[in-house]
Amino acid sequence: MTKYIKCRRIIGGIGTGKILYTNVPINFLSDVNLKTGVVSDPLHDLVGLSIKETILVFPHAVGSSVGVYSIFALGMNGVAPSGVICTSKVDIITASGCAIAGIPLVQITDKGHIWNTFNGIQGTIDANNSILEIKKFK
Amino acid sequence: MYLSKKEENALDGKYGSHLSTAFKILIAIGEATEAERLIPIKWAHVSGVNYNTLGDAGLDFITKFSKAKVSVFTTLNPMGYDRSKEAKISDHFKRKQLSITESYLQMGISPSFSCIPYEIYRLPRKGTRVSFAESNAAIMANSVYGLLTNKESGLSALASAITGRTPYSDLLDTKFRHPKTRVKLDLELRNELEYGMLGYHTGKTVNRSCVSFGSQAKRLNIMEAKSLSSALGTSGACGMFTDEDSGLELINFGKKEMESVKAELNTSENGDVIALGSPQLGFNELELVSTTLRGKKFSKPCMIFCPRSIYDKASKSGIVQQIERAGGNIFCDSCTCLTPMITRAEYDGVITNSIKGSYYFNKFNRLPVCLKDLKTIMQDHLK
Repeated sequence: MTKYIKCRRIIGGIGTGKILYTNVPINFLSDVNLKTGVVSDPLHDLVGLSIKETILVFPHAVGSSVGVYSIFALGMNGVAPSGVICTSKVDIITASGCAIAGIPLVQITDKGHIWNTFNGIQGTIDANNSILEIKKFK
Repeated sequence: MYLSKKEENALDGKYGSHLSTAFKILIAIGEATEAERLIPIKWAHVSGVNYNTLGDAGLDFITKFSKAKVSVFTTLNPMGYDRSKEAKISDHFKRKQLSITESYLQMGISPSFSCIPYEIYRLPRKGTRVSFAESNAAIMANSVYGLLTNKESGLSALASAITGRTPYSDLLDTKFRHPKTRVKLDLELRNELEYGMLGYHTGKTVNRSCVSFGSQAKRLNIMEAKSLSSALGTSGACGMFTDEDSGLELINFGKKEMESVKAELNTSENGDVIALGSPQLGFNELELVSTTLRGKKFSKPCMIFCPRSIYDKASKSGIVQQIERAGGNIFCDSCTCLTPMITRAEYDGVITNSIKGSYYFNKFNRLPVCLKDLKTIMQDHLK
């Protein structure tokens, strides 16, 4: 079956990819390899996983104000997520980074327990219509 | 979000493409932070200057943006190295770095190259709205100096510098400047390093924009406040701390929490270079270093980072000369954070009192770090 979840649109656009979920915030300046899109911080629970062409679901960004240019670099290097979902607050680093990188960005705050179930499943963010579509969900 | 007719015209590109892009960025942030409108600011502080932090993608963006002009007083974070000193920096890095700084200066930004603008410029009156990237500067501005700013990104602060506006949301609005959480201390903090540990743990634990440290926040000296603010900004999303006491959810900070920060960031028993300056040292801190020397010399290479204006002032009072006689090497316009001057090729480990510095030395420079407070560094490494 296909599941539809309402979300709050921040940056418009449509993006499809596998859901990659973490409940750990990300410091984009230091946690991600900007050439490969692989999470490089050994202390992060996504370490070794690539965020390239995923629907990245995470609470919010932390740390360096320069993380915005790291998100932009991920886009320029072709290794950015296809879409981003913030599950806590949408911080300024993520919002401004997705804005210049052209990454659809939405916020979904009240679905804490569902993300582990969706992890790895194909999803589409239609930020223009404020909808997240999860395909082949059993 | 409400836009005035003039703002709408700017967004539509009637005053040029750069202004339009800047407004688009602010509107995205306005959507994210649920702002009703944009409001004017008096001062912007922009980060993303050191080539190691900006990278090639950022450099390209800033180069294309260099024909934009800032419309309010705007200051700039540190760059990668001190152009007036000999240092082992590759020509490639120097070329890229100079291109970045040139682009920012073309926009009309003041060449402050400092992450502590609050120590080198006359501050506007309390309650003034500003737009500060550089997390320690934003937190210090809100918490110590009574200015109002969100914890901006390098790009949002630049967009505010160009438009003279910022989304009216979160910490810009006085009603959101009251914490819901207070950190209760189970032990007496003894020095700036321990305040840094408090900040680092708090940033990881509290995801709100404002947090209280209770009465402890009233007693901070400038070095403790800088250490706390920079660590808080490194690990989290908080943009402000207060001393409010009552009616708040409590979280604890004690020996266990401090040990956990140490376990993560104190990754070496020793180091072969001392690095002081994340954030950069102010005049009082340079003076403290010089008075602690008492005629002795550093037993290891010691790199100290400060703004050029502080260096000039300290030079006039003989402080710089005392530190240099002791073997200290003072660098202007740069800081320890993602510095290209302290690398694995040359050093096996770094001794520092900075939690923010240790975070990036560990993660970016891939160098182990020995954490010590300044007093202990001066006791252990002078001869």
